[in-house]
Amino acid sequence: MSERVGTQGLLFNEPLLWERGSRGRSGMSLPRADVEPAPVYEDLIGNGPDIPDLSEPEVVRHYTRLSQWNFGIDSNMYPLGSCTMKYNPKTNEKQAARSGFAGAHPLLPSELSQGALQLMAELEQYLAEITGLDAATLQPAAGAQGELTGMLIMHAWFKHHDDRRSKIIVPDTAHGTNPASAALCGYRAVPAASGPDGILETAVIDRLMDDETAGIMITNPNTLGFFEENIKAIAQTVHRHGGLVYCDGANMNALMGIVDLAAAGVDILHLNLHKTFSTPHGGGGPGSGPVLVRKKLEPFLPVPRVIPDGKGWRLSDDFPLSIGKIHAFQGNFGVMVKAYSYIRSMGADLKRASQLAVLNANYLKERLKGVLHLPYDRPCMHECVFTDALQQPHGITTLEMAKRLMDYGFHPPTVYFPLVVKGALMMEPTETESRDDIDRFVEALEAVAKEAAESPELLREAPHVCKTERLDETEAARNPRLTG
Amino acid sequence: MRYLPHTDDDISTMLRVTGADSINDFFTVVPEELRRPSEMALPDALTEWELNDRMAALSNANTGATDFLSFMGAGSYDHHIPETVPFLAGRSEFATSYTPYQPELSQGTLQAMYEYQTLVARLTGMEIANASMYDGASALAEAILMALRITKKNTVAVSAAVHPFYRQVVRTYVEPTGCSVLELPVLESGRTDLSTLASSANCAVAALQSPNLFGCVEDLPTAARIIHDQGGLLAASFTEPVAFGLYRPPGDDGADVACGEGQSLGIPRSFGGPGVGIFCTRSRYVRSMPGRLVGKTRDRSGKRGFVLTLATREQHIRRERATSNICTNSSLCALSSAVYLASLGGSGLRRLAKLNYDKTEYLKRNLSEAGWTMPFTSPTFNEFVARVPRGDAEEVHRGLREKGILAGVPLGRWYPDLRDCLLLCVTETATREDMDRLVSEVRS
Ligand SMILES: Cc1ncc(COP(=O)(O)O)c(C=O)c1O
Repeated sequence: MSERVGTQGLLFNEPLLWERGSRGRSGMSLPRADVEPAPVYEDLIGNGPDIPDLSEPEVVRHYTRLSQWNFGIDSNMYPLGSCTMKYNPKTNEKQAARSGFAGAHPLLPSELSQGALQLMAELEQYLAEITGLDAATLQPAAGAQGELTGMLIMHAWFKHHDDRRSKIIVPDTAHGTNPASAALCGYRAVPAASGPDGILETAVIDRLMDDETAGIMITNPNTLGFFEENIKAIAQTVHRHGGLVYCDGANMNALMGIVDLAAAGVDILHLNLHKTFSTPHGGGGPGSGPVLVRKKLEPFLPVPRVIPDGKGWRLSDDFPLSIGKIHAFQGNFGVMVKAYSYIRSMGADLKRASQLAVLNANYLKERLKGVLHLPYDRPCMHECVFTDALQQPHGITTLEMAKRLMDYGFHPPTVYFPLVVKGALMMEPTETESRDDIDRFVEALEAVAKEAAESPELLREAPHVCKTERLDETEAARNPRLTG
Repeated sequence: MRYLPHTDDDISTMLRVTGADSINDFFTVVPEELRRPSEMALPDALTEWELNDRMAALSNANTGATDFLSFMGAGSYDHHIPETVPFLAGRSEFATSYTPYQPELSQGTLQAMYEYQTLVARLTGMEIANASMYDGASALAEAILMALRITKKNTVAVSAAVHPFYRQVVRTYVEPTGCSVLELPVLESGRTDLSTLASSANCAVAALQSPNLFGCVEDLPTAARIIHDQGGLLAASFTEPVAFGLYRPPGDDGADVACGEGQSLGIPRSFGGPGVGIFCTRSRYVRSMPGRLVGKTRDRSGKRGFVLTLATREQHIRRERATSNICTNSSLCALSSAVYLASLGGSGLRRLAKLNYDKTEYLKRNLSEAGWTMPFTSPTFNEFVARVPRGDAEEVHRGLREKGILAGVPLGRWYPDLRDCLLLCVTETATREDMDRLVSEVRS
């Protein structure tokens, strides 16, 4: 086995922010007072918030130390399934920070913001080309807000046709945000079970779909990492009943340049720019969740929309059937700049990215088969799902293996999801991992599996080299302490 | 392509292990009729250096961002950002991590979010906060949905002085619930008219923004008393949190939810996003609130540590019965705002807020002397409405643009009665000379 990458470094203890500092220090240069002080309305004045005063070096040391307790993609492979933790190109950060982008006020007159508008218009076109759909909105701030936007579009479509529908089909492999987004629109989620191959069977949808059902929310590739091969027939059933097909496209990283989702019968689709299009996840956002639709649904997209205007572009609210606004302004423009930079840097290589993402996942699956239990032994797309069934006899669970992997210097896979697989370990290597790094990850899991059989206490007590030992989540929930 | 590590050799070795002849074999599961008939029509890949040229050209075409003296606010503010903020938030251990599902590897993000929750709760005078929402508008919409869940009533009252875009987002979110939205009109003073509120017994929530769109500080204590008498909640929205360095925060005035946009706290305007939705409330509503929460706990050795908590309210456990569908939020921007507040400190925030206030009063005074009038009498923070002496505000705005000045935002687009008014904003970035220049152009 090659040398273990996870090791013990020098980590610093660091107090809470307000356990540092001293009243009267300052970490920010304030402009000179160049006007006279004005009288204030005493009855409205507060005491000022209780925020500690720190010098600039103290602030820098505080956050530098905190950052060293964190694991990012730049640290090592981060095979968190469904999250597409691919490399985040550094040039994208520079592009978004350009003063013409970062300094742009959202209400600038269109003549003075042509660069931003053109970038948005082109990004919409690229995303339409990549997915096969006709029109896009970039306004949703994340995947789940994209789902909500899609559901609102469905809702508005049926309302426009004087058609009231109360239900929506959501397969058991769907991400939790799917039923939650449907519920926000007042739809009752009707679960659909996937078949023995881990994909939806047409007959199940034939049985569930009726004229009271608005449609289906289908994730393709699904959360088991399989392509929904029957999607077209399923879409035909849904359409026959007047329904619409929503596709959760958060897993588009498997399909770019290969699949035409319009040909698959998809009417509405969301993408996660913070997955497929390489923008950093930031420890939980900001993201961007564009929604794409077929022509007939275009009038329902959120406003404002970027439209051509003579020789340039402008924002227009003049779409009377629109669902309205979903974000205060135009969405997370800074994230769009990074995704645009990525698409322009990749060009036709986007297809190669998808091919290599799928190659990496299949390679990982083959290498780990036998080390971990593989519940569905068939070719996968961008991710593969294992279970802890082989370790259960030693009393070792998915969680314990995940914690032990940290000691080897890897971020664990997604655990206990999807729910259809008991004790799931869901792994998505992405295309930016090299064969060598995948090999090292496999070696680490082999070593963990061996330890599970020979010295299970090592796993039960893991992790050993992180900033903290295992944390008491039950106590945190029983007596929530959210502020200090 | 430099992001893709595979050599031909790697690929053939890997294919051999999988037993496939080519990568295409993995895609045989895709039925022929779903395959793209042709390659994607995308522009050719650019080198890093060509990309720089392309992006510089687009960026430079946003002349409004760089070439003008700007007095624009209305929900997006120009404040100085210390270099430490992008530097520290840009550290890749923070920037390239996912949501902290594995706490032992994510203590940096988790402690920083716990500190963020604490800082914004203190800033707004509330007891608890979540780890962020998408933006100020969706934070208000989610506050309203929370009030509907808690009170089980079916009307919401929203002030017409709430940012018009926020009201549009609220309408979008509330539409499927079938609840009705009552609009509270604006008084001569620039504050919200609360008189209809007292007679609306079915009102789940009164939503006010303070300082409101016109920059006016609302009478939140009175609004709180009236809505509480009806058994409803007060949601206090804001777009300019720097105001709480000077004015009493919403928590001290009886708000049940304080929710708004934190862009002012160290985040660039970026054409409207990303910013950060701040969401704070009372402890008693902790299990009804939307969004992720970071809580303090201990590890097995008794050492302090932090975890995501109360996930049973969230979609990945509760699915359709979740308090919200939000998953990815705006974590890195929340971190930026925490670094900003840490840099500024309580004393610095007080001074900064007063500086914004003093400068605004200076411009008000000088524009009045130049013949403009201020239609609203209520105290303001760093924004105010000014009525131009003659004609249409759009025309005046266009005229000043010719002179290189962006004289705020004309209000006729949102309030036809205020066709002759501009909404002007002054922050610490405007110097006395900048303001004098605007005034002298107005005079001429
Ligand atoms: C398949 C799938 N759908 C939807 C989402 C929700 O996206 P977001 O977290 O950006 O709201 C995710 C990720 O969390 C996902 O993996």
